[in-house]
Amino acid sequence: MCGKLKINSIIILLSPFLAAGLALFIGVYGVTPSQVLEIILNAFTGIDTLESTVILEIRMPRIILAGLTGMALAASGTTLQSVLRNPLVDPFILGISAGAAFGCALAIGFIPWVSLQLIAFIFGGLAVIMACLMSRIGGEICKLSLVLSGIIISALFTALLSMIKFMVDPMKLQSIVFWLMGSFSMADWPQIRSSGVGIILGCLPIFLLRWRLNVMSMGDEEARSLGVNVSRERIIFIACSTLAVTSAVSVSGLIGWVGLMVPHLVRMLVGPEHRRLVPLSMAGGAAFMIFADTIARSLGSADIPVGIITAIVGAPFFIYLMKRGGKESWGK
Amino acid sequence: MIQVENIIFRHRHAAAAVINNVSFAVGRGHIAVLLGPNGSGKTSLFKCIAGLWHPEQGRLLLDGKNIFRMSFRERAKLLALVPQEHNPPFPYSVFEAVLMGRTPHVGFYGTPGEGDIAATYAALETVGISHLAERCYTRISGGERQLVLIARALAQEAPLLLLDEPTSHLDFRNQHVVMETVQRVADAKGLTVLMTLHDPNLASCFAHRIFMLKEGVITAEGEPAAVLNDENLEKLYGIGIGVLEGAGRRFIYPRVK
Repeated sequence: MCGKLKINSIIILLSPFLAAGLALFIGVYGVTPSQVLEIILNAFTGIDTLESTVILEIRMPRIILAGLTGMALAASGTTLQSVLRNPLVDPFILGISAGAAFGCALAIGFIPWVSLQLIAFIFGGLAVIMACLMSRIGGEICKLSLVLSGIIISALFTALLSMIKFMVDPMKLQSIVFWLMGSFSMADWPQIRSSGVGIILGCLPIFLLRWRLNVMSMGDEEARSLGVNVSRERIIFIACSTLAVTSAVSVSGLIGWVGLMVPHLVRMLVGPEHRRLVPLSMAGGAAFMIFADTIARSLGSADIPVGIITAIVGAPFFIYLMKRGGKESWGK
Repeated sequence: MIQVENIIFRHRHAAAAVINNVSFAVGRGHIAVLLGPNGSGKTSLFKCIAGLWHPEQGRLLLDGKNIFRMSFRERAKLLALVPQEHNPPFPYSVFEAVLMGRTPHVGFYGTPGEGDIAATYAALETVGISHLAERCYTRISGGERQLVLIARALAQEAPLLLLDEPTSHLDFRNQHVVMETVQRVADAKGLTVLMTLHDPNLASCFAHRIFMLKEGVITAEGEPAAVLNDENLEKLYGIGIGVLEGAGRRFIYPRVK
């Protein structure tokens, strides 16, 4: 049991690096494996060929951005599930993604001088605050009504988003629609810089405070009696999750399923204990996203939005997990 | 020594106080039991003492320090709570559940160290459930789970142990197993214990001191031999009650026609 746990943990921890390494060699533009190695080894000598541009300016930033996004979504899914004591929530269901998407579309369409990351964070935060306030009954957040509130908030922001799509100039509409489907096809180093800061700033406190998620998941009164200032720490965790997710959404659009599926998958492999679960979810999310994006960009000649791949892989996989080991993963 | 002084509590928007000026004291190392029918204010008083609900007035002194004015962390070092049975959302192992008792001793950005792990094993050993350490917390019996929660409270290393109806979900055997464990652990560690109970027979068996609560007021208090008589109990529960002596103990039974 203990040995198996260790092996699982090591495999998950290494998986994003393996996936990234492999993904570098895969792509529509034919670069032979030996060329790829050569380019990477000579990365800093500055010889510009078409092949080196493909590897260093297209594939590499794209892989890193996919990894960061996967990490952000999985880390925030894990955190929200524990802090809200609800295995059914993720950034999507709570409306964070829809809020962020509305904010970004608003910025793209009408106020292009505003930072996408900032406006995504503001509206994503607004969405999650609204969902939590709506589901509070007598001071405690009710599990079922939280999910319903999230659905309502998502619907609201999706409707507002449609209104923007309806009103905006058709040239801008195209870029909004493509971005909304969720894709890393525009990935470059500046995008990594602009979203990476928010993702790291969100994920780092979650990693450092991860032990406290165990206690928080036992419920408000128990956590308080164990010495946790629940109200304050819940706000810290939700704010960090929101920052990480909205930073990711602002560059990669709406990519579903990862925040819900990866934490459950990792929990099934290594158990619910958050000292292990949080870093391994981050690693698993990154690996899964790199994997999905590699399929998205190499399956056909056209670049399929990765959100479609995660949903196609995610939905049946999640049904399988639920049937097989749902009880193991979330108790009753 | 704990002193509860002049606690008044009322629910938000409610006119009548649920707890009406309650004061009592429990000596160090004693087991005190709060008896009262449903709706007597027992749970409200308990939650106020545990610091989970805020009374309108009053204070709780532990060795002269007012617990109500402390941060959650400071309070958790002095006062450990064993809640009624509950279902955690995720299947932690028993070891992990008991380790959570170390939270007030672990730094804000920290994770439990070797000292915390040693304290957790010691707590499991004291309660006598070391063999459950690797078991899944959601898959053990109700009695075992109650023992795990007691171990968690021990790992907290607080001098005052609060138990909220620790036997309410348990079968006949486990009620006694849990109560005997509390008694043994409290003796071994010199803990002061305050608990609520439904069954006056358990109180008669294990309490050093009994407080009877009705409609938010303490109606009788003292040693079991002094307060567990038919007059007090009939007043408390509002039914005909008889008391038998035997085997060096008092047995309380309802008078059924």
